[in-house]
Amino acid sequence: MKILGSEITPYKTYLNRRKFIKGSLASAMLATVTSSAFANHDSDLSIYTKNLNENDKLNSYEEITTYNNFYEFGTHKKHPHLNSGNFKPRPWTIKIDGLVKKPQTFDLEKILSNVTIEDRVYRLRCVEAWSMVIPWQGFQLSELIKMAEPLSSAKYVQFVTVFRPEEMPGQQKRTIIWPYREGLRMDEAMNPLTILATGLYGHEMPNQNGAPIRLVVPWKYGFKSIKSIVEIRFLDIQPETSWETLAPWEYGFYANVNPNVNHPRWSQGTERRIGEFKRRETLMFNGYEEEVAHLYKDLDLTKFY
Amino acid sequence: MFSTRNFNRSKPVLFILILFPSLLWAYQFVTGNLGVNPIEKLMDELGLMALRLIIITLMITSLSNIKNLKSIVVLRRMIGLFAFYYVCLHFSTYIVLDHFLDMQFIIQDIIKRPFITFGFISFLFLIPLASTSTTNMIKRLGFKLWKKIHYLIYPVAILASMHFYVLVRADKTEPVIYMGIIILLLLHRIFKRLTRPQLVQ
Repeated sequence: MKILGSEITPYKTYLNRRKFIKGSLASAMLATVTSSAFANHDSDLSIYTKNLNENDKLNSYEEITTYNNFYEFGTHKKHPHLNSGNFKPRPWTIKIDGLVKKPQTFDLEKILSNVTIEDRVYRLRCVEAWSMVIPWQGFQLSELIKMAEPLSSAKYVQFVTVFRPEEMPGQQKRTIIWPYREGLRMDEAMNPLTILATGLYGHEMPNQNGAPIRLVVPWKYGFKSIKSIVEIRFLDIQPETSWETLAPWEYGFYANVNPNVNHPRWSQGTERRIGEFKRRETLMFNGYEEEVAHLYKDLDLTKFY
Repeated sequence: MFSTRNFNRSKPVLFILILFPSLLWAYQFVTGNLGVNPIEKLMDELGLMALRLIIITLMITSLSNIKNLKSIVVLRRMIGLFAFYYVCLHFSTYIVLDHFLDMQFIIQDIIKRPFITFGFISFLFLIPLASTSTTNMIKRLGFKLWKKIHYLIYPVAILASMHFYVLVRADKTEPVIYMGIIILLLLHRIFKRLTRPQLVQ
């Protein structure tokens, strides 16, 4: 099945869109309110749907924003939607450190003015065997990595979520070790599919989905796509990641979507697409095999799950 | 002092109260009001209800040791059968709605995944309990044998709480509370046994 190519907005379309978003971003910055910077998703739904694969249907805004795993706001799927009202995603900075030319802290607005915002319609496959199709807006992580100027010795990238227990009630309890941490190998981070998302359905990223900026790595289980990032660190060793630390026999560093590697709790062979009744087969690398399989040609995926 | 009659009178009300959630969830499921992932939600609610009812039946036995509550034991059979009812609904949701009768897959799932193994054995052990619940059956088997069979409720409760414990990914508070209650109730029974005055023949 051909999946990916058609799902990336064609260059011309996103160029137009970029102009539009950049324009409105500039005016929004004058007004210091950025929430109006994006179009209402109802009015231009075709922007997203026309890039879909024939087997995939976009999940609704409601589905995407009321059914989340974001333990910082609680462990139930509805908690992030219910408990994230006090979270303040602006102003926001991202600290860049580790093996870089010069450690520095970027203002989010500054990053956004230097990158290309695109539409990316991706499947999201959770390790719990459910999935969605989500229209993100964001930019390639590689663009930020270029801005960060890592040293050639940097082989891995680590990401850290914000720690604000007063705004994130789930962090008041030690369900996992806060702050949440994730990581990628450098070549995974540089892959064109890997994005930092700042919006969905043309809205600014909702708090429950990882406002104001989150990672999206569509060929890996959802927990790799870390939310509300405040720090990016470049390392020469494989970084510790939250779920792997908590239960290494269940969650690996790679966490590639793989129907052939069993999980002790959920069969990974099938998944329930939210909104559908019958389960569907899970695709290797979540259907992005053509784009990413080469990254793992020398890796035993049953060992490095 | 609550008499047997008091408890018997409360039965119809209890019956409706315990039955009601299943009807509500069925209605919400059919009308699409059970959230974004209704099958998962239905399965979780039914399973949790079953586990709570199993724990309540154990509690009733302990409570019946209190002088004034001796007759509460007349409620145990109904609640126990409701636990079985909810377990059956939970299990059929898994078989029919979640996996669409894909038996090959389901068998693999039961064998390979410890939490499903625990749940499944717990369900199997409940079957003899439910099928010997009638007064007639107690008579036919004799109270002693019947009681022996019904000791199965202990592995049922332990396995059911383990089923829940393993399922939860991070915050294990709720399953730990259930496990704690079950252990306390078991300790209470053991204590009772050890301190029971021995009959001198």
